[in-house]
Amino acid sequence: MIFKTGRIIGLFLFSVLIIIPVMVVVFGSFKGDLELMVKPLALPESWTLDNYRRLLEGGQIVTTFKNSVIVTLFSVTITLFIASLASYGIARMVNVTGRVLFILFTLGLAIPAATSIIGIYELFVTLKLTNTLHGLVIINVASTMPISIFILSAFFRQIPAELFESAAIDGAKPFRVYRSIALPLSRPSMGAVAIFLFVITWNDLLYPLLLITQSELKTLPLALLDFRGEYAINFSMIFTAVMVASVPMVVMYLSMQRTFVSGLTAGAVKG
Amino acid sequence: MKTTETGARGGASPRPAKSKGPKGRIARSNDRTLLFMVLPAAFIYALFYLYPTLNNLRYSLTNWDGLREAEFIGLKNFTRALTNDDIFMKVLGNNIEFTFLVVIFQTSLSLLFAIFLLKNSRASVALRTLFFFPTIISSVSVAMVWQFLYEPNLGPINVFLNSVGLDFLALNWLGSETVTLRAIAFTQVWFHTGQMMVVYIAGLQQIPQELYEAAEVDGASRWQQFKSVTWPMALPTTAVVMAYTTIQSFRAFDLVYAMTQGGPNNSSSILVTLIYLTAFNEYRFGYAATQSIYLVIFILALTALQRRILRTKY
Repeated sequence: MIFKTGRIIGLFLFSVLIIIPVMVVVFGSFKGDLELMVKPLALPESWTLDNYRRLLEGGQIVTTFKNSVIVTLFSVTITLFIASLASYGIARMVNVTGRVLFILFTLGLAIPAATSIIGIYELFVTLKLTNTLHGLVIINVASTMPISIFILSAFFRQIPAELFESAAIDGAKPFRVYRSIALPLSRPSMGAVAIFLFVITWNDLLYPLLLITQSELKTLPLALLDFRGEYAINFSMIFTAVMVASVPMVVMYLSMQRTFVSGLTAGAVKG
Repeated sequence: MKTTETGARGGASPRPAKSKGPKGRIARSNDRTLLFMVLPAAFIYALFYLYPTLNNLRYSLTNWDGLREAEFIGLKNFTRALTNDDIFMKVLGNNIEFTFLVVIFQTSLSLLFAIFLLKNSRASVALRTLFFFPTIISSVSVAMVWQFLYEPNLGPINVFLNSVGLDFLALNWLGSETVTLRAIAFTQVWFHTGQMMVVYIAGLQQIPQELYEAAEVDGASRWQQFKSVTWPMALPTTAVVMAYTTIQSFRAFDLVYAMTQGGPNNSSSILVTLIYLTAFNEYRFGYAATQSIYLVIFILALTALQRRILRTKY
């Protein structure tokens, strides 16, 4: 009895705690700022697209959105390719080299990214990679390598070695074994890692903040901080920008929940 | 020349002696290909991540400001942080409080909700989807939303508190030196509880159903079942959740930076935001590197401690 009532109350409260902020943002983006302040939870009196129009007319949001798409797509694709290749190599190595490489790669896992920013900044200034989108891609690829290799090599190690060995005896070279056996088998893990990378790259603030100062090169989270300054405390405009930044992730989440959940917990369960 | 070459290929050569027939040769050339496959990843990771990170060791011994030539000052930065820097100590204390609050509340709430939503009914699955939802939103967006909710005069939280007569609870959530850190910790828990709940659900579903049936036959109440079956069986999962939550709380740079930049008066700063501000607002690169090294030491010590405590519990 106590359990049942407790359960209902607990679940209700946490649901409300999540639904209310979502309602405030979604509705807020379709109403004026004054209305948002006075009645934050109410449906818009008349649904208006004014905020979205104003945001578009500002011009910046389109470029910013494009930057986020470019940086995320390139970062995720390159990381997946390089990391899966390396993970396969590491998992297949029979000698001590594999262990050592694995430890070296996963060294970065326990350390917060912020501890490396000084060295990264200096290096990227020296190499003239600041204020470039490919610079952002490079740091994303490098910094997500540990977690990607961690998850993928765990997966490759689970595959029975005989499967690869029989192919090798048939004369297939390692790269072919990787391409025609390991890669197809790893599709679910690759999907999970891809989603994980997608979310953290799309949402990242630290590296753009560190490396990008030109406004036409900013990505969405960094530009959101600017919007806050620009629109002072005009929250309905800020929420409109939040909507634009979040909708791609939300659509993806709702259409492939399973992969999302397993991807975003993979790092946790295996770490 | 030619004779030596043929000589080398003769019986004295180490090559045929080492490889045991054609199979060994395949294995060896395969090993080289495997190394080759690791090369691109190793190159990018070593050059753009490991090398800059290790450079902290070098910077930390200097007074480098990012512009002028750095001057070697030995361990001065290290002793200053520990003996003569109130802000560093304050932020270290903040970080301990923040991590403690987040770990306690996020772990217990995610366990609670995992127990509530363990059964695969339609309603449970829908609520899991809802609770997990914040995980996919960017920290900056979450920060914006909570800035609005926490707004002291017109924000929904204080408007609500005032309307039900709890005026004394309507605080300046993000502008007071006493509550801001806790308000951000609350947001962090709101942000990631659903994610840890999913980890717990996966763990709890591994517990054999017979154990609960046996407990029920023995007339154990729900609380007794939790105490003698769920909790001990879920300990390994708890270890994972706590370790991950700890590290996650140390990484909350985006959230803290976007919500308050560590203010007011450093009261909501944690180590990662302090490092950023020391380097890029104060241009004390050498000193920020020292802070980074202390942060790494601190995390390693904490992880070791956690592991030890949870291991003795098994």
